[in-house]
Amino acid sequence: MLTNVDSAAFAVFLALFILVTGMGFVASRWRKPETLAHLDEWGLGGRKFGTWITWFLVGGDFYTAYTVIAVPALVYAVGAYGFFALPYTIIVYPFVFAVMPVLWKVAKERGYVTAGDVVRGAYGSRGLELAVAATGVLATMPYIALQLIGMEVAIKALGLHGEVPLVLAFLVLALYTYSSGLRAPALIAFVKDIMIYIVVIAAIAIVPSKLGGYGAIFTAADAAFAAKGSGGILLSPAQIVPYASLALGSALAAFMYPHTLTGIFASSGGNTIRKNAMLLPAYTLLLGLLALLGYMGHAAGLKLASNNDVVPELFKTLFPSWFAGFAFAAIAIGALVPAAVMSIGAANLFTRNFWKVWVDPKVTPAGEAKVAKITSMLVKVGALLAILLMPTQFALDLQLLGGLWILQTLPALVFGLYLNWFSSTALLAGWAVGLAGGSWLAWSDGLKPLHSIDVGAGPVAIYTGLLALTLNIVVAVVVNLVLKRAPQERLAREAAE
Amino acid sequence: MIRLLLLLPFIGLMIVPFYNVREPYLFGFPFFYWYQLAWVPLTSLLTWIVYRSVRRAD
Repeated sequence: MLTNVDSAAFAVFLALFILVTGMGFVASRWRKPETLAHLDEWGLGGRKFGTWITWFLVGGDFYTAYTVIAVPALVYAVGAYGFFALPYTIIVYPFVFAVMPVLWKVAKERGYVTAGDVVRGAYGSRGLELAVAATGVLATMPYIALQLIGMEVAIKALGLHGEVPLVLAFLVLALYTYSSGLRAPALIAFVKDIMIYIVVIAAIAIVPSKLGGYGAIFTAADAAFAAKGSGGILLSPAQIVPYASLALGSALAAFMYPHTLTGIFASSGGNTIRKNAMLLPAYTLLLGLLALLGYMGHAAGLKLASNNDVVPELFKTLFPSWFAGFAFAAIAIGALVPAAVMSIGAANLFTRNFWKVWVDPKVTPAGEAKVAKITSMLVKVGALLAILLMPTQFALDLQLLGGLWILQTLPALVFGLYLNWFSSTALLAGWAVGLAGGSWLAWSDGLKPLHSIDVGAGPVAIYTGLLALTLNIVVAVVVNLVLKRAPQERLAREAAE
Repeated sequence: MIRLLLLLPFIGLMIVPFYNVREPYLFGFPFFYWYQLAWVPLTSLLTWIVYRSVRRAD
């Protein structure tokens, strides 16, 4: 288990890990509520998080550890196309600004904790509520597994082998999430985000000077793609529609996930969310520069066994070992925050929209908190087992489908905030067709996120999630029109008779 | 009406063929990269302008 471990890197890593573990347990006494045995407290931190806590929490759980590993890896592998994460994480914020304060207000006024609650409140439909909640849980599970992959990469880079460190780290995470709820990731997010900022700023300030500047980095990447014969630092004509549609579809899906919505619901007000829509792009700037680490990998001439190793290898090659340890700790701790919030979001859904509805309608607030705590534990153990027992590709494929699935909850969750036109039956039909149709398309395309359509000017590949959403909305509109006409026609017939 | 400013980032970033070029460079960055990065502060600025006009809404 301990081969080739650099003691300085390991010491820094361990010290930081112990620090955040302590914080995780202390968090239950942070901004201490009268009781933690209530879902508003355990699962939403009391809905009192102001602008800065929300900024750290949402930033910490939206820009995940996996992002830090996977975005530079994709850019290293394919070039410009991997940058779709940049427009994605820009256009998401005008959407957040316009929609999320409205959603927060409804949730606060009526005591809603989850997307399922909002949908039930708007349409009074148990079926639609269950559909939205189940989609949320299913889409989140592989996302948690992805965080584990990010953590695995960081632990492996330290020189630790085997599954024991990963299991230990996750066990600790599960325990303090159980005892402190959302307060734990909110508090740890401060440490995590500051560490990630330090790491990325150091990388983008120091690495280019070691590699001859940004001009030289782009030139080296350009040459590497030319030699490889695929990829490039600009998009090929065939990549333009995929790039734009992936950015748009991902942006629409991002805040439909339980973990991002949990961050929204936990904030203290509409203006807190609006201010965050202005301030969160700071992380996007960071992500854009982080993505360039992929090109720096080419400029540094790294030889990698796996694309995912590009960030760890850069740090090992270009920085002293103690700083590399700091960077790996930042990534591993970076995985804890989203994993915790995701498991809390999924647990809230299960408790409110399944347990309370179908199993125990008379459950007390304390009982709700207890069910949620146990569920959050089970969700994490499930994700851990999935990573240990199944091939990594399985989690990646499911995560891809998860994005497509969660996007299909957008009409049910968002349309009702503005329109009083759709019926729950129509939205449920749209959701079912979008989900099944989209999954089938993705499956038939070999689990790739793009589907080719031909609208007369030759085939164009487009993000499957957006196609499914279009289908979803069309079906919902048609079913709604039919349902609305049916009673009118009957009335007209009866009047004629 | 001022809320329509929030649509500008969508337009600016969805017109991919417009910015999928190398020239002009800025600090060694091809246009493709610095154009998209420039939309980050620009989006914050536009959002701030809209925020100033709606913050008393609730």
